[in-house]
Amino acid sequence: MVNLVYFARLRETLGLDSEKVALPQDVGDVASLTQWLRGRGKVWDTELAPGNRVRVAVNLEVAEQSTCIADGDEVAFFPPVTGG
Amino acid sequence: MAMKWRFFRRLLEVKLTIRVQTEDFDIAAEVLKLRRGNPKIGAVACFIGLVRDINENATVAEMTLEHYPAMTEKALTDIVEQAKSRWDIMDVSLVHRVGTLKPMDQIVLVVVASSHRGAAFAACEFIVDYLKTRAPFWKKEKTDKGMRWVEARDSDDDAAQRWH
Repeated sequence: MVNLVYFARLRETLGLDSEKVALPQDVGDVASLTQWLRGRGKVWDTELAPGNRVRVAVNLEVAEQSTCIADGDEVAFFPPVTGG
Repeated sequence: MAMKWRFFRRLLEVKLTIRVQTEDFDIAAEVLKLRRGNPKIGAVACFIGLVRDINENATVAEMTLEHYPAMTEKALTDIVEQAKSRWDIMDVSLVHRVGTLKPMDQIVLVVVASSHRGAAFAACEFIVDYLKTRAPFWKKEKTDKGMRWVEARDSDDDAAQRWH
């Protein structure tokens, strides 16, 4: 299982802050996970589209599209940060 | 939101204090705490970020900040470690508020102590620039035009980029 967490605008539009999911066989990195989640429906497809500048962190580190994801990881999706 | 944590850590002699809290902070008290008992400190640089009443052509009544607690600690520690590797600094205190704030409220405090002013000024600016583009905080504003998430600014990316 992988723990997915969502923050800020994504948390609101997707309607959840976290979930545990079992990864399909062919999902092994950030790009394939994002693609899989976009298949859930319109709001997922729209929010996670490349043009939305969605940031991803794997196990609390900023990740790239090619970053690997494995069982037990925490993957966070969020908009560009606006603190300070 | 009773979210508050604190930790102290020695990073190659640097005393690092990082706190995320809903409560306000007292600048004088934070500076005193940092300086206490260290006669080698010759300069302290501070940055205080405040809530403005107007943003992107709308009047801001309130602002709510959220963060990703587990990652925040790590991101802020990484930023200070980078500052320490670039400049000869001694101690750093970083306080960031979350929750609901109003115009003129204090949002963030960065205090850097060093032997000389050059390193303190530079490291303080670097930490703020990196914090604004790398630490997982998000602002939502309540304005006269409704609620909206604050958009990240390209100018903040540019500011962080110049340190590369």
